[in-house]
Amino acid sequence: MIETSALRCGYGKKEVLKGISLRIRQGEMAGVLGPNGSGKTTLLLALTGVVRSTSGTVRVAGEEIRDRKPNWIARQIASVPQRAEISFGFKCLSLVLMGRYPYMQGWGDYSPQDMEAALTAMEETRSTHLAHRMINEVSGGEAQIVVIARALAQQTPILLLDEATSNLDVARKLEVFDLLSEKNRKGMTLVCVMHDLNLAALYCPRLIFLKHGQVALDGPTEDIFNDRNLSEVYDTEIRVGAHPVTGSPQAHFVPRGRSRVTAGSLGPG
Amino acid sequence: MTIDHTGREQIKARESRFRRRFHLALSGMVVAILISVFLAATYGRFDLSAAEVLRAIMAGLGLRSESATDSTSTVVVFHIRLSRIFLSSLVGLALAVAGVAFQGILRNPLADPFTLGVSTGAAFGASMAIFFGLGAEATLGIGLLPLASLAGAVTALVTVIALARVDGQLRRDSMVLAGIVVATFLAALISLLKSLDEESVSSIVFWVMGSFQGRGWSHVGFALPYTLVGLILVGAHAHELDLLTLGDTQARQLGVDVNRVRMRILLGASLLTAAAVSVSGVIGFVGLIVPHLVRITIGPEHRRLLVLSGLLGMILLTWSDVVARTALPAGEELPVGVVTALLGGPFFCLLLKSKKELRSLD
Repeated sequence: MIETSALRCGYGKKEVLKGISLRIRQGEMAGVLGPNGSGKTTLLLALTGVVRSTSGTVRVAGEEIRDRKPNWIARQIASVPQRAEISFGFKCLSLVLMGRYPYMQGWGDYSPQDMEAALTAMEETRSTHLAHRMINEVSGGEAQIVVIARALAQQTPILLLDEATSNLDVARKLEVFDLLSEKNRKGMTLVCVMHDLNLAALYCPRLIFLKHGQVALDGPTEDIFNDRNLSEVYDTEIRVGAHPVTGSPQAHFVPRGRSRVTAGSLGPG
Repeated sequence: MTIDHTGREQIKARESRFRRRFHLALSGMVVAILISVFLAATYGRFDLSAAEVLRAIMAGLGLRSESATDSTSTVVVFHIRLSRIFLSSLVGLALAVAGVAFQGILRNPLADPFTLGVSTGAAFGASMAIFFGLGAEATLGIGLLPLASLAGAVTALVTVIALARVDGQLRRDSMVLAGIVVATFLAALISLLKSLDEESVSSIVFWVMGSFQGRGWSHVGFALPYTLVGLILVGAHAHELDLLTLGDTQARQLGVDVNRVRMRILLGASLLTAAAVSVSGVIGFVGLIVPHLVRITIGPEHRRLLVLSGLLGMILLTWSDVVARTALPAGEELPVGVVTALLGGPFFCLLLKSKKELRSLD
């Protein structure tokens, strides 16, 4: 579904991704993790063609995205940005309808099907009550939900999320991820950039850790989510235990003063 | 997650209510324009009754053979007043639509057709023509001034775009900065021209303030093609204007070919501005206030915003010009730019103070 090979890109002279090769198959739900500045957001921008690769390739559905128009890409991949800054006071419904732009033809307005798709997406995210509120007058969390609804209205086989739930309270976070899991079970491919290790371990069967613009770890969550790997990637002592209900691995951070191992023992080996 | 279907029909009903209200506003505006064209034609130095005006319009359109007594009123109404009304409507339409486009592109509700220096460029072109004594030269039956100002406008725009391009990308903030720099520099050059040649000061000043005095159908004919091309370029990208207000990254991820679309809208809006300025001089505030007023009333969606702003711009400038040509006694005329600024300044202060407006500026 998504394939990058030796992907390098960056901004101006600063190279952020230094040779990323990944293969994400259809129907996968992968979490992308890693310290600040490791290139997570840039990876998502490169997958949608916003940031151009300086070398290497990005293929989506078998096609090199460099050769495709933005509206073709937007019919394959929907993105939920980290922070949706919206300066004009659009109605939330209008904002969700914007997700239908890649399907518009000619000079017309949004079609009745577009309206249905937008309303379905708002029902799925339980944001229907916001339809006629102004996007710049709802709370940050509500705005984030509306932007997620917009991405669902795009009805793409692939969905990329960049810290999409970091503005939300715990209940809403779980609600959104339950919905995403359900979409995933129905065949949608998801790539979620996350800071919350435990949320990632709860919902994503596959994790990809980036560090310094390279893939540090990539594999099934239960195989790679362990004390040593996490401690190494984040340069911090982390202990992993089982979730009391689901049994998924969950990370526990150890305060520096309470660390019982020396820094040396965290080295490779 | 449970799905709640109850809201769906309500939302659609509300949307179609909005749509009906928009169509109502639209037809109201069209009627208002027709009425105001006719009413505006009854104002002037020459005292004519409504019936005489109607007869003169019919005669001018060739719908009615004119008698000898009618011919003076036909000339006054059809060739003098009506041509000015058409021209002021056209300019009002162009400036208002350009204002909407610039505000959307620059994501700045305070931008207007003059932010990018396009108008100062036009004014500089015209000032050069006046300075070199070409103001009275005639080509294409309209004089050299409109051509000179059009050339000035295009040059200013090209300069601003060249300055604001970084790594092949147009940057919004650089664009505003480049616009200010170019406008300030050209304004200084205009002042230099004025101080170099005392004789042309008054005509430069009058031109820079904006006026429809002495303009006729040939000016309508000159500005019309540029205005039409500009309207098509901007109007065809109304949806893209909505998406561009989200910023380049989101617009692109939603499928907009950002660089190409922005260049087209920029070109269209600049053509509109240049066409307007080339036949009327610099008329401020229309491109700022009209889009604001409409946005407060119907929201920021550009399809509706463009249409209603354009129509309101037509009405506003038509009546501003009526004031400009009738306010002073003894046949003196005010520059119409003075009228729009005098009306627009205080009005804009009121807008800024109203709560609703502050919200949309957040």
